[in-house]
Amino acid sequence: MSARTDLLLQLADDELILGWRDSEWTGIAPFLEEDVAFSSIAQNEIGHARALYELAAAELGTSADALAFDRRPEEYRCAPLVELRRLEWARTIARRWLYETADELRLAALKESPDPELAGIAAKMDREETYHRLHAEMWVDRLLATEEGRSRLEEAVEELWPYALGVLDDELRPDLRRRAEERLGRALPEVEPIPRGVHEADLAELWEEMTMVRRSAPAGARW
Amino acid sequence: MRRVFEVFRQERKGQPLQHAGSLVAPDERFAELYAREQYGRRQESAALWLVPREAVHEIGDFPDEFDLKYRRVDGYSIKERLREARERASSAEPAAEGAEGAG
Repeated sequence: MSARTDLLLQLADDELILGWRDSEWTGIAPFLEEDVAFSSIAQNEIGHARALYELAAAELGTSADALAFDRRPEEYRCAPLVELRRLEWARTIARRWLYETADELRLAALKESPDPELAGIAAKMDREETYHRLHAEMWVDRLLATEEGRSRLEEAVEELWPYALGVLDDELRPDLRRRAEERLGRALPEVEPIPRGVHEADLAELWEEMTMVRRSAPAGARW
Repeated sequence: MRRVFEVFRQERKGQPLQHAGSLVAPDERFAELYAREQYGRRQESAALWLVPREAVHEIGDFPDEFDLKYRRVDGYSIKERLREARERASSAEPAAEGAEGAG
């Protein structure tokens, strides 16, 4: 597999699994308007995953659905950050914010790619991610505005920090640290990043559920 | 902390903005984001107005103690007058506009 396809799958798997995780809030988000907005963001992420899978599928001679659903859990290339099941709002917001901050750095680099297809899809995703970032930043503002909010956000960020570093390659990690520390106004711990390639137990459970329909109709389901 | 915003939606450029519903948000920034998601993400709107409910001045009583029926939209038929005006207009100079406006 080419480095390009590998990169496409990393991005696509991140977006698919995070979109799936965030969609777990549908119907139970803190209030109705947030429920709609959060579900819509989750849907957008899955839309990005589809576009990325399609590019990878063209190279591999397969389909986006096959890449999304027919691989074994251990074959996914997503960062462990997006696999974690933390159905708690402060952690959910902390993850979204950390992910969006990391994703912005990653997309900015990708937009400069000499590969026009990669640069194009990065620019397209970035235009939609702008709203996701806005959403995450607004929540961070609100949480930082009160003592309880700040302590809950900081606790969540600290727990997720090694995972957040693992979303990016070595060279972009210092940028993520600088941005996150500036935003929170405090230093984050020096930790070993939890990189791609290892998987959380949570992923297997998500995979069971996510691929259930597909596996139940191996010949292909139509609806 | 929680504020209600009334949302007005314009379907196409040039059309009037019509009340579409309301939403609850902690502030204007969240209200804008939520309005985009609820009333704009399907490309169903050309523009939205967001109005904090407390900015809306409501009037809900319209007394009519002396039963002035002719002031009501349904209380005064202009059909006959319109026909007469049209007849006059076709036989004489085009001065019928004033007559139509008399209703």
